[in-house]
Amino acid sequence: MQDFAGAFTLAFSLLASFDADLYEIVGLSLQVTLSAVLIAALIGLPVGALIATTRFPGRGLVIVVLNTLMGLPPVVIGLLVYMALSNAGPLGVLRLLYTPGAMIIAQALLVTPIVAALSRQVIEDRHGECAELFRSMVVSWGRAIATLLWDARAALLTVALAGFGRAIAEVGAVIIVGGNINHVTRVMTTAIALETSKGDLALALALGIVLLIVAIAVNGAVSALRAGTVPASHV
Amino acid sequence: MPLVVEGLRYAIAGRPLLGPVDLRLDHGGITAVMGPNGAGKSVLLRLLHGLVRASSGRISWAGRALDDGIRRRQAMVFQKPVLLRRSVAANIDFALKLRAVPDIAGRRDELMRLARLDHVAQRPARVLSGGEQQRLAIVRALALEPDVLFLDEPTASLDPAATLAIEDLAKTVRDRGVKIILITHDAGQARRLADDIVFLHGGRVTEHTPATRFFERPASAEAAAFLAGKIVL
Repeated sequence: MQDFAGAFTLAFSLLASFDADLYEIVGLSLQVTLSAVLIAALIGLPVGALIATTRFPGRGLVIVVLNTLMGLPPVVIGLLVYMALSNAGPLGVLRLLYTPGAMIIAQALLVTPIVAALSRQVIEDRHGECAELFRSMVVSWGRAIATLLWDARAALLTVALAGFGRAIAEVGAVIIVGGNINHVTRVMTTAIALETSKGDLALALALGIVLLIVAIAVNGAVSALRAGTVPASHV
Repeated sequence: MPLVVEGLRYAIAGRPLLGPVDLRLDHGGITAVMGPNGAGKSVLLRLLHGLVRASSGRISWAGRALDDGIRRRQAMVFQKPVLLRRSVAANIDFALKLRAVPDIAGRRDELMRLARLDHVAQRPARVLSGGEQQRLAIVRALALEPDVLFLDEPTASLDPAATLAIEDLAKTVRDRGVKIILITHDAGQARRLADDIVFLHGGRVTEHTPATRFFERPASAEAAAFLAGKIVL
């Protein structure tokens, strides 16, 4: 119990003292994860909308594969990105390995199936309500997609949050492609893994608490944004 | 747009749901489509609007086969209004932008006044009452500037006051030269609104007559039984 109490005290003292190293790690964590979620949204939302609104042979199989990819182990993603970005890999020329860029790529690959699969379900439900209206009004496919995405924006923000939660908490992919280099690629989860391996469990736990506070802050900010822009009756 | 329907049939998995139907409707006025549940009224409306494809037969509007150009001159209001998750004004704007109507704000205000919704312009459409939602659906359809308006039981489950408001709106729309094809189970409503009646039974048109004659001397036994309040199977 003393360890837990000490960890909480340490976590808040780190935050209150504006520890430069801690804030650098928190900042990089947010930068990597928010960038990855943004990329995943830019790819995953149109893909989800496309699958939700079209019928084609093998669609059921595509949905099964997409849903399965939501559970892809981060270490597998990390390994694949590592192989692609290493000097011997096809993208080695980009020299991205052990940079935040590599970490963003890995997390984007991890989150994109989540955004695509969940948004597919959200948009398909809404499309079921509106499909006949759109046909009646002779709405083009592109405009129908844009309308569905806008109408489902509240639910899609929650989808993005699910992706954020998955990315900010994962360690397997970023430690493989980022290497946990101090002041370069160290993020919250890799720092926790490092402190745990060093036996400094109190500091590791304190960092975990900070990570939780950061996640709560981001979720709270998005919820406030949602409440401000999307009335409950539009949800 | 006068309508000519010849030998229209609709079947799903070989099971006939409608037809053969032959029908001619003139330009303007209100045509009420009546008949018991399962008679094929909604299917007929969807076929005439091109929402479903006929198994066989021919539909022509003003001598033209049904295509997107014709369908842009039509609009449909469903029994359960489908509203976009945005404000009343934004729902109307959506339709006005679709047809690239000039002076969107002016036209929107005019339509909201017509439906007596101007006081709830910025309210989310989904919090309106059932009658208000249906009036919004109708004026949003009018924003498409249709020549033909299909109404699929627009007053089902509405109270008398809301029904009266919808009927007044329908009369105003008709007086502006829009042809209305209305499905209703309510003989009183058909009597108040319709110029002619199409009576369907078992997927076939059993009679198509002027409304006054239909209510005084229905030609078919099914229509007579329906008007007498008997259960028509």
